[in-house]
Amino acid sequence: MSDVQGSILGNAVLRREDPTLLTGEDQYYDDLAVEGLVHIHFVRSVVAHANLTSVDISEATGMPGVIGVYTADNLEVAPHHGMPLLPPPFAMPLPAKGKVRFVGDIVAVVVAETHGQAVDAAEQIFIDYDYLPAIIDPWKALEADAPILFDEVGSNMCFETGLAMEDGDPTEGAHHVSSLQMDSQRLAAVPIEPNGAVAIPDGDKLTVWIPSQNPIAVRGALAGALGMEAENLRVAAPYGVGGGFGPKAGAYPEHILTATLARTLNKPIKWTELRSENMVSLQHGRAMNMKAKMAFDADGKITGFDVDLVAESGAYPGIGAILTTFTQTMIQGVYAIPAIRYHARSVVTNTTTTGAYRGAGRPEATQLLERILDVAADEMNMDPAELRRINLLQPEDFPVTTHGGASYDSGEYEAALDAALEAADYQGMLEDQAARRESGDPKQLGIGVSTYVEVTAPAGLHVEFGAVKVNEDGTVTARVGTSAHGQSHITSFSMIVSDMLGVPMDDITILQSDTDEIPRGSGTMGSRSLQTAGSALHVASETVLAKAKELAAHMLEASSDDIVKGEGGLHVAGVPANVVSWSELVAASNDDSKRPEGMEPELAHELDFDGQNATFPFGAHVSLVEVDTETGNVDMVRHIAVDDCGRILNPMIVEGQQHGGIAQGVAQALYEGIMYDSDGNPVTANLMDYAIPAASELISYETSNTQTDSPRNPLGAKGIGESGTIGSTPAIHNAVIDAVSHLGVRHIDMPLTANKVWSAIQEAR
Amino acid sequence: MSNTTQVGETASLACTINGAAFAVEVDPRRTLSDVIREDAGLTGTHLGCEHGVCGACTILVDGEPARSCLMLGVQANGHDITTIEGLANGDELHPIQQAMHESHGFQCAFCSPGFLMSTVALLAENPSPTRAEIREELSGNICRCTGYESIIKGVETAVELLAGNEPEQTGQTGQTGQTGQESAQ
Repeated sequence: MSDVQGSILGNAVLRREDPTLLTGEDQYYDDLAVEGLVHIHFVRSVVAHANLTSVDISEATGMPGVIGVYTADNLEVAPHHGMPLLPPPFAMPLPAKGKVRFVGDIVAVVVAETHGQAVDAAEQIFIDYDYLPAIIDPWKALEADAPILFDEVGSNMCFETGLAMEDGDPTEGAHHVSSLQMDSQRLAAVPIEPNGAVAIPDGDKLTVWIPSQNPIAVRGALAGALGMEAENLRVAAPYGVGGGFGPKAGAYPEHILTATLARTLNKPIKWTELRSENMVSLQHGRAMNMKAKMAFDADGKITGFDVDLVAESGAYPGIGAILTTFTQTMIQGVYAIPAIRYHARSVVTNTTTTGAYRGAGRPEATQLLERILDVAADEMNMDPAELRRINLLQPEDFPVTTHGGASYDSGEYEAALDAALEAADYQGMLEDQAARRESGDPKQLGIGVSTYVEVTAPAGLHVEFGAVKVNEDGTVTARVGTSAHGQSHITSFSMIVSDMLGVPMDDITILQSDTDEIPRGSGTMGSRSLQTAGSALHVASETVLAKAKELAAHMLEASSDDIVKGEGGLHVAGVPANVVSWSELVAASNDDSKRPEGMEPELAHELDFDGQNATFPFGAHVSLVEVDTETGNVDMVRHIAVDDCGRILNPMIVEGQQHGGIAQGVAQALYEGIMYDSDGNPVTANLMDYAIPAASELISYETSNTQTDSPRNPLGAKGIGESGTIGSTPAIHNAVIDAVSHLGVRHIDMPLTANKVWSAIQEAR
Repeated sequence: MSNTTQVGETASLACTINGAAFAVEVDPRRTLSDVIREDAGLTGTHLGCEHGVCGACTILVDGEPARSCLMLGVQANGHDITTIEGLANGDELHPIQQAMHESHGFQCAFCSPGFLMSTVALLAENPSPTRAEIREELSGNICRCTGYESIIKGVETAVELLAGNEPEQTGQTGQTGQTGQESAQ
């Protein structure tokens, strides 16, 4: 790219997506106009754990507009299994058969001409429950006398993983050992557009529109569940998808039931998920309770780390059950740690199924490391930034393979820490804090630092499809297997193609998210899209350009080395007037008489780009908070983030990801948490009770970047989608504890609400 | 889009939507948001929660912001409704839309109709709000993607555009950065 003058790469190019999104012109799945559409509604268990004694649908069946009412008695669908790595008995019967296992389990299904009629009929379905004791606490779920969700399994544990589990305690005999139990509480992703589906049958074929991060994978899952040939099934996400954040990546039971009944009834059916459904149906995130010990020598060097955690998988375990392996991969963080023992057990409880949520297993590792380091710094009377610094992995340590098996590609961790401390004026912050403590002001300052490394394009997600084709009119069509839902891929990807070919961005069409257009791909998740699909388009464009240059050289009777990009096409260097346009090039490529011997027709190339491995973004955050020690209220004052995502393609889009990521990280630290009562009733199942911060709660963040290229792709890129979330939460968490640590407070679990902070202060006094 | 059920009597609704007269017989229990989306076919108004918290469905009723999911359709009788479709002038974006574009205001943009309508109301009442006032006035709208900073910058940019000033650009269009020039090798 360095041979291109005035490259657009690295510039804040405004989004191509905006004009039609900002006018309401673009359609999301719920906006699609479909002739003869009927509506589906799910009747959900209001009890967390019970045997179903009867489900009476007789009243509902005759209600106005009702087309069909279904229960396990008259609808047979293969049980939905959310994760092939887990034993088959954990599958979810559709609809619930004999037993319900969480509030939200689908007991009956109504299809009616209007959504209102379906809801009316649902209210006339009478369910008798024979209550069973519910299990909510994940540690108690492991106990021998715990209520069991799946009798045929005999235990609530669904997955177990670990490192050095047979070895002894790596903290034994150390100079100093700090210990901590902390909760990375259960969160709801809450994309502002809920889930849904529109399934349209056409003979043997079926089209399913879903708001999805990965329509290609959903097609695979639906084809299996419906017993259809994949080629008869088109799954697509509309141009508008209203956010995802992880849980919109997979096929949901509701998708399967909607598609099944569309086929059975031979009618197009729409499922419009209501928010109160979304809060119990869309997979939750985090939900890990962690116990740890960290050992140090007399200089503060870490000598060992011991972790035992339990992850809540919800009632029907899915990907959430195995995210403990991501935590395991990243449990060493940015530090040189000689010995790590790690043990993670995933358990089923009478709660909503858990899955990926922005960070997905990695935030938990960082939160634990960064909190226990602050606990240790407090106990050893060391500066938290200094304690981190002396334990950081250094550039000369690379290549690094961690205890968890991660192969870090590149990292300048101390540089990021220094940049964040400098941007924060860390010394100044410490002085302000000391002055405030001296004055006895009820409002105390707290400073929190976190350093992190995370993994993007993990777990084999480093391979992606990309294709570039120059059309007869000189425009370009590019296709990718990723599936954007707010990440501005149309802009980023057309920047890559435009930069390589010299074709204006507006003449480039980016296709994604539709199995009719895209043969394969892994969707958008794990902050993987730019480094994988972006790299695929880079390589495909490069290949097309090389071929076009060869063709132009043949046409202009020049050497292809002398051919350069110019206004509207290719020309011989220094002779810009004699340009061969892209449409002329395509025409020549398809003309046997004009093409060099041995050259294949068409100016097109497609490939599966393989980055060989994941990439590892990193950074450092510093947070300053003010805590009112009389009320426990926390106000953020400043938040400084230095995030390194490798080489930056579009800084405007990167900044947007940092800001959004930080906001969700703040939300976990201070506001959000899904809660259940002891009977398994969700008490935060709408947006009145689940506290998503608004603009009035948040502040303006100070974001910047260091740039350390990844060697694993030609763009030098790493992911940025999840960094803000991973880096910010522990910095804020540490800052709040720091504000009240002089009062004797050692730890408070998130979210750090005024009530919890105030109570902790009272307890410490 | 869907057939309206007649549970008992329907009621007459006559209002203006984006300056045009609109009349329909509606089931009295239907929400205004459903009437706008399904009867008027204006799907730019989005439903994020249907219990009045997220603000995605915000419209203007006689110039005042209102959550269309919390109003019944019949309550709009005789009123002047403005939705997101009423902002742009043909292909020309409304200055607030243009400002949001220039500030990378939104990502998935599902919440954007509500934010845009709230901003129209905010700037009509207070043409040069402070940053704190913007945060407070937009606190009835939830965005999950952006952390709000870019939206607030968008409002500030809109203030400049509406005042006829040249705002500071966050980004550039692809075309200005576009080049076909390549150095000789």
